[in-house]
Amino acid sequence: MNTRRNKNLFSKKVLLDAAKGSFIKLNPVLLVRNPVIFVVAVGSVMTGIIVIAETIRGEFSSFNLQIAVWLWFTVLFSNFSEALAEGRGKAQAESLRKSRIQVMARKIADKHEKRVFATDLKKGDIVICEAGDIIPADGEVIDGIATVDESSITGESAPVIRENGGDRSAVTGGTRVISDRILIQITSEPGNTFVDRIISLIEGAKRQKTPNEIALTILLSGLSAIFLLVVVTFPALFSYSLSESGLALTENLSIPVLIALLVCLIPTTIGGLLSAIGISGMDRLIQKNVIATSGRAVEAAGDVDVLLLDKTGTITLGNRMATEFIPLDGIKVEELADAAQLSSLSDETPEGRSIVILAKEKFGIRARNVHQLNATFIPFSAQSRMSGVDFKTSDGLSHRIRKGSSEAIQTFVQNNNGFYPQNIKDITAGIARQGATPLVVADNQRILGVVHLKDIIKGGIKQRFAELRKMGIKTIMITGDNHITAAAIAAEAGVDDFMAETKPEDKLRRIREEQANGHLVGMIGDGTNDAPALAQADIGIAMNTGTQAAREAGNMVDLDSNPTKLIDVVKVGKQLLMTRGALTTFSISNDVAKYFAIIPAVSVPLYSGTSGIGPLSVLNIMNLSSPQNAILSAIIFNALIIILLIPLALTGIRYKPVSANVALARNLFIFGLGGIIAPFIGIKIIDLIINL
Amino acid sequence: MTVQDFIQIILFLGILTILTPVLGNYMYKIFTGRRHFMVTVLGWPEKLIYRLTGIDPYEETNWRVYTFNLIMFNLVGLLLLFAIQLLQSKLPLNPAGLPNVPWHSAFNTAVSFMTNTNWQGYAGETTLSYLVQMTGLTVQNYVSAATGIAVLLALIRGISRRSTDMLGNFWTDLIRSILYILLPLSILLACILAGQGVVQNFKEYETIHTLEGAGQVLPMGPAASQIAIKQLGTNGGGFFNANSSHPYENPTPLTNFLELLAILLIPAALTYTFGKMVGSTRQGWTIFIVMLILFISGLAISLFSEYSAHTIFGNIPLMEGKETRVGITSSVLWSISTTSASNGSVNAMLDSFSPISGMLAMINIMLGEVIFGGVGAGLYGMVIFIILTVFIAGLMVGRTPEYLGKKIESFEVKMAIVAILVPNMVIQIFSAFASISVPGISSLNNAGPHGLSEILYAYSSAAGNNGSAFAGLNANTLFYNLTLGLGMLAGRFGVIIPVLAIAGTMAKKKITPESSGTFRTDNWLFVCLLIAVIIIIGGLAHFPALSLGPIVEHLLMNNGMTF
Repeated sequence: MNTRRNKNLFSKKVLLDAAKGSFIKLNPVLLVRNPVIFVVAVGSVMTGIIVIAETIRGEFSSFNLQIAVWLWFTVLFSNFSEALAEGRGKAQAESLRKSRIQVMARKIADKHEKRVFATDLKKGDIVICEAGDIIPADGEVIDGIATVDESSITGESAPVIRENGGDRSAVTGGTRVISDRILIQITSEPGNTFVDRIISLIEGAKRQKTPNEIALTILLSGLSAIFLLVVVTFPALFSYSLSESGLALTENLSIPVLIALLVCLIPTTIGGLLSAIGISGMDRLIQKNVIATSGRAVEAAGDVDVLLLDKTGTITLGNRMATEFIPLDGIKVEELADAAQLSSLSDETPEGRSIVILAKEKFGIRARNVHQLNATFIPFSAQSRMSGVDFKTSDGLSHRIRKGSSEAIQTFVQNNNGFYPQNIKDITAGIARQGATPLVVADNQRILGVVHLKDIIKGGIKQRFAELRKMGIKTIMITGDNHITAAAIAAEAGVDDFMAETKPEDKLRRIREEQANGHLVGMIGDGTNDAPALAQADIGIAMNTGTQAAREAGNMVDLDSNPTKLIDVVKVGKQLLMTRGALTTFSISNDVAKYFAIIPAVSVPLYSGTSGIGPLSVLNIMNLSSPQNAILSAIIFNALIIILLIPLALTGIRYKPVSANVALARNLFIFGLGGIIAPFIGIKIIDLIINL
Repeated sequence: MTVQDFIQIILFLGILTILTPVLGNYMYKIFTGRRHFMVTVLGWPEKLIYRLTGIDPYEETNWRVYTFNLIMFNLVGLLLLFAIQLLQSKLPLNPAGLPNVPWHSAFNTAVSFMTNTNWQGYAGETTLSYLVQMTGLTVQNYVSAATGIAVLLALIRGISRRSTDMLGNFWTDLIRSILYILLPLSILLACILAGQGVVQNFKEYETIHTLEGAGQVLPMGPAASQIAIKQLGTNGGGFFNANSSHPYENPTPLTNFLELLAILLIPAALTYTFGKMVGSTRQGWTIFIVMLILFISGLAISLFSEYSAHTIFGNIPLMEGKETRVGITSSVLWSISTTSASNGSVNAMLDSFSPISGMLAMINIMLGEVIFGGVGAGLYGMVIFIILTVFIAGLMVGRTPEYLGKKIESFEVKMAIVAILVPNMVIQIFSAFASISVPGISSLNNAGPHGLSEILYAYSSAAGNNGSAFAGLNANTLFYNLTLGLGMLAGRFGVIIPVLAIAGTMAKKKITPESSGTFRTDNWLFVCLLIAVIIIIGGLAHFPALSLGPIVEHLLMNNGMTF
């Protein structure tokens, strides 16, 4: 991941495009979206005009020119950071688009069939679809009748009839024709896929500012207004001081100096990097193969403090596995294992396979060839609630082996005039109490023992939940299992809470309850019946393999369909907000040093008497070489720090799952205290270089 | 400094800290309608007022109505006070036969007392009749302080309630603040002060003959009652021009100590009330500690500067402008208290303090009067800074910032910025204008950077609703009366309205439950952070102006040059 990131960050093409982009973004219409940088741009224009006017008058000032140049750089650097973030995002999205399997469409053009990419279809094109074809885009049947499998949208596995005319003529892209042949006229515009949408989101024009970004922009604009006020009123106070020092009012501060002071004081660092931070947050999600439908969603991910997690697939491997054979007294464990394996040979369910494997691993019983046994398999049915095998051994004995729930097997043996012993009930009850599932195995009327089926918790998941708890996030496990099973798994996995015997509407209800109590809820889901809950949740991540309904309802799609992604998404969201906060703090802390560079520089002549060096020079604690160099050093530092911080803005600040307090203390130390100290050092170094 | 000086400071801060939870808890009970014996004692006038005015004490309003009621009430008070000054010669209780007040001075005074500023461009004993002092100024002393408390209460309700529009009833808040808190405390203090020799009568001014045989007019009047509320309500407008340096306002060490304590008593106690009402006294104490640290820092620097031997003054501590009976420590303690708390009363002339001490007094005001601050006003101003702190640093924990479970979003940030920006605008725009205009400069008594300090101080005092004067500036002119009056109005309502708007939107929000992912606002880390934000956001914008005023003056003084 890291090498890929760096490659993208420094790839020549992306850098070149970004450099070009930083000039295109000088367009005032785009600049005005970022008030802080807009102020700098206005300042650069004003300084530029002054320099030109002075040159025409023959009073060229190289100092003013340098100020103008560095102001322009400040604007360009800010634009560059945004263009770079956009470029990287686009590159990622493009590669994502390419990596997806292209659906081919059979387009009818001039009565000939032509194979084209589905993405190249336009509204009004006519395509032909036969059995086995995937319908390339939304459209309307204009000829023919066909059965269509729409399970990818509706979740219903039964195919539906689509024909021309009437209200059964609409077909949806991504569904599959099962039989017959239809002609379809495309009704949707191309380029409305998720990936296309994300590309347009990353491209500045359509990118909406997120709520927190808006709030931060207001804060930064407010601070800029406060400092604008300072700079606008300062010449008046200065003029008073000049006349009290017996100096001519013509010695008042020049406009370029005032603009330099303003630009140094307003929070240009965070102002310049703000949108790059937002865009790169979405980029980082894409790197994790998650697509967010809005920047808002990424931000909300950081706020989520309750996660609803499906047990299956997220917390457990998804299937119950046989972990132990428990024979009844007097029965050899090998016999039980052998019978259990036999009954499972044709059982393709994960549980069945796990029994075969366990018997092989523990007792070396190899899977036998089914046909040699001449056996009949009895598949699991909802009525009998058991499965098994009937066969005759070479000595002519007939065996009817069954495995199933305790009740089902009890009925089975009793029907065969067998005896269902009390201690088997104790064993099954004991297993159930541990949250596992007992499978009772019987051979004809004889009970052999019990197979212990257990949900296997994913490796490392307990530690991840502990991390989440440290971050203040509550995890709730959702399962259709009964209460006892759920409680046992919840305890083993270390989730904070669980919901047993959950119906889809329970999820929705729980989300609403949590939200009413002020929590922000994140969940991940795939089925159609998850759609309402996904829509209600603050962060709803739909799995790419999920139904269309689920994908539409959520605000993120996980292309890998990996339920543990939810945790990564939360981290990306938090990292995004942290980066913003850290750079804001840094930017504001910078002001202290800049004051100490500029104020003594501009007020040297005041009350200087005959010496020419006024008392306020004492404030020049950095011992900068000259007033002009002091101002230049400050403004150069101000511009360069944007460039230096671009990598940090794009990759985000280092993130560790720790409590809020620890995170705050660390970030404050680095960005708050660092923000106060760094410019003192930086400005001094720049001054030394200028002075060479 | 002597041991006694340290004992005095420790005693002062110690008693203040002890009284904070005592009075704070009492106010908590009053404002949340809990049982208290004072309610039994004073319940009947409260009920009587409700019956006479037709107010339903249980009817709550949203923030817009609350704000409207508050502004209307203050507007009526302003107009009444303005009117009786213009007509004072025709009204009774004017034994000195004082003439009508000029309109611009009357406007300035009316605004000043209505906004809890109590800037006095006039000299009390030679300008205002007893009637104006009592029914105008004293009444406004009470209601302006109660208005501050009401705004704070609305804000606290906005923070602590969830998913509602209702912020309480302005009239109930106002009446209860006056009836149960300001009145009893003032009566108690007034009695002690009168017992110590503060005048309280309706006599005519007395003319006496001094030992040298010269004649001297001794002003009289109902001073003790006004002084009590002047101190307790962080008003600060003296009955006499010399304020609490006048022996009739502040005759003994005991009165000096009590008046000093009265300045900070209610603002400090409100931090405890705040904590109780939001459900965590720790939150209240955190704010108290922030205020205390800023207070002690200012005090230490100021004391150091005053006691520093300056060769130019012959290496003796500065006594000019101070009462010898009060002394340096008490004078500095008072100056820091009065400027921290938006009180504005003085017992020594700030104009004569060392430049650094004067600057500290000015900074206390410029920071937004949040170090204890005005009654109610200090704490709601502090909450503004807390909102900004939480917003800036809170992001660093990786969540949308929240304070006490309430998310801080763009509207709150916008309003907080307005509340910071408006007083800043007053200080900077008016100071800049005054420092280059003829009517601005012609009022100055001092040249050089000290003159600039006087202008800066005047507008800071107005914008911060402090009311103390640096003196040395003749502010009773058309120019200063008007600009300072406007500054006071902007400084008061430019903060109150955004605060109430914040209260309104906060009340509508849900409360996010606390977890280990929550940004904590009740620990030492937050204390440091809040202090840093107050200094950087609240203070740094004034650094350029201060550098041309007190800072350069201090440096010049070290070079042997004074103004």
